[in-house]
Amino acid sequence: MRKLLMQGLGRRPLSETAPLATDAGIEELGRTLTQTLRRRLGRSLSIRVVDAGSCNGCELELNALANPFYDLERFGLHFVASPRHADVLMVTGPVTRNMREALERTHTAMPNPKWVIAVGDCARDGGCFKGSYAICGGVDAVIPVDLHIPGCPPTPTALLQGLIALMDRTNVPR
Amino acid sequence: MGKAQITTVTLAEWVVAAEALAAGDATLLSLWGADGAVQMALMDAGHGLRVLTLPTETTFPSVARHHAPAQRLERTMTDLYGLTPAATPDPRPWLDHGRWPMRHPLGAKGPVAPEPPYAFLPVEGESLHQVAVGPVHAGIIEPGHFRFTAQGETVVRLEQRLGYTHKGVDALMLGASLERGAQIAGRVSGDSAVAYQWGFARAVETALDASVPPRATALRAVMAELERLANHLGDIGAICNDAAFAMMLAHCGALREHTLRAVGLAFGHRFCRDCICPGGVARDLTTEGAGALRDLVAEVRAKFPALVALYDGTASLQDRTVATGTLSPALAARFGAGGYVGRASGRDFDTRRDLPYAPYDRLSFTVPTRAEGDVNARVWVRIHEVEQSLALLSQLLDTLPEGPIHAALRAPTEPSAALTLTEGFRGDILIWLAMDASGTITRCHLRDPSWFQWPLLEAVIDGNIIADFPLCNKSFNCSYSGVDL
Repeated sequence: MRKLLMQGLGRRPLSETAPLATDAGIEELGRTLTQTLRRRLGRSLSIRVVDAGSCNGCELELNALANPFYDLERFGLHFVASPRHADVLMVTGPVTRNMREALERTHTAMPNPKWVIAVGDCARDGGCFKGSYAICGGVDAVIPVDLHIPGCPPTPTALLQGLIALMDRTNVPR
Repeated sequence: MGKAQITTVTLAEWVVAAEALAAGDATLLSLWGADGAVQMALMDAGHGLRVLTLPTETTFPSVARHHAPAQRLERTMTDLYGLTPAATPDPRPWLDHGRWPMRHPLGAKGPVAPEPPYAFLPVEGESLHQVAVGPVHAGIIEPGHFRFTAQGETVVRLEQRLGYTHKGVDALMLGASLERGAQIAGRVSGDSAVAYQWGFARAVETALDASVPPRATALRAVMAELERLANHLGDIGAICNDAAFAMMLAHCGALREHTLRAVGLAFGHRFCRDCICPGGVARDLTTEGAGALRDLVAEVRAKFPALVALYDGTASLQDRTVATGTLSPALAARFGAGGYVGRASGRDFDTRRDLPYAPYDRLSFTVPTRAEGDVNARVWVRIHEVEQSLALLSQLLDTLPEGPIHAALRAPTEPSAALTLTEGFRGDILIWLAMDASGTITRCHLRDPSWFQWPLLEAVIDGNIIADFPLCNKSFNCSYSGVDL
């Protein structure tokens, strides 16, 4: 362990030197996000994620936001365990009928003001599961949606861009 | 891989097969309902595959009565088709939570009747308490319900209740074109997109007796090994993180991200979604893409050994993983546990070797196994599988055949069916595909390895403390979406 730690001391962090997935830099995206958050909310942002029947693809990319390359926390964004602590609810999946109540209850448990982001193609209208007896057909069939981030699944960069877009268009009473 | 033998059986022959499963003479691969029949796939000791069809409109002799691994599969058949196993040990619904607009969506659709609340298994004893978790969990994971009964800190029973992510995949497959079928198959379990699409493509190709260009099969294997690599790297880190050792998560997470970026560069999508289609692959590998993959292999080779040494040399971490969540070899064999869950408990089985399909029949690799069956053994099997995947990737990239990446499929002329087993990172994924003379899907049953792993997780947590559940759970990492369908 000592060797790895020593190597870490002498090396620049991955999160600053990482090659970027797209032309827009993660660093730049994050800085924009932090500034927007300060302006709009005056503090950091807490996010609760609910999988409402996804194939688990979107969860893989949401989890990737915590890896050293994206390191979401440094921009003032936290994934929280309780909806009581959350400003934003990110929902993945076509919203199965079996998950509908759990999603509604999670949304109800969040304090105001709150925002909902539908993540991935299924979350918009059911995606490739459209027409099934077992789904409600998109997040906005169950709770009001403020923003949709497309993709199957959306890349971590697209997720960051979506969060910026949400904060940009939101007016929060201070 | 030899073709499965498909036979129609009588009631008596069905019962004989169920008893053979109970006696351990064969392994249950899957059990599913169809139009006017129930079907069972089994594998004998010599890896011969059989599909048994028992015509029935209503009821059939329960397999679960003889062989517990069939239980959830039978409950699913009842929910979807209304076919009822006679003398079943567990008649409770499984996928049907009473929220669908109808009952038996694939059988004789019936109106929804008010159901009593789901009855969890009774627990009796002194000073027991229950902890109910889910379906919404604290982290970013799939939804499911876990009902723990504990005495103090020690778990005396875990009962899972799944089905929350049921999307109606079986119904969507009915009447679908092969192209649409491939799209849905790739979205059954997002972390196994490659394995599912490969399995589905192989089922189509087997049914139609089609051959696939060698470059296409090689590229499929490249994608599959990259998928295995990314998942194993991520999970090894995540298991350690559940033992509060975040350093492994950070390092493994970085290697995983490198992998996904290289995959994105090489195949245009970080998870190779829709990159495999019946007849071949949809994306060719460019020289630049191959270079990125070679660099990736070199990088993981250079960095991974230090992480393995860190895992091996950290006593506080080993203290959590050794002798935790032990799965006995007998139970692993009985349930036919695939992947690292089975292999860490001595079940020496890998479809890439034992039911070989191109290109694995020309590649050299070993199948790592352990006997202990604890969290530590599952970690070690995955560590060795990372090494094997790296070796396979090098072989594949060094011997990549030239030529076309897709061959047009001949149009079907008669109804056909096929069974395939394909090795995903979790284990063997079974796909049963039946289509009519026009190439329209009449039944597609996709059986994730997690079907036989989830019940084992209930077994291994017995006698462990609740705080070790995340560790045991992550070391299994079963798919919710893959079994809820």
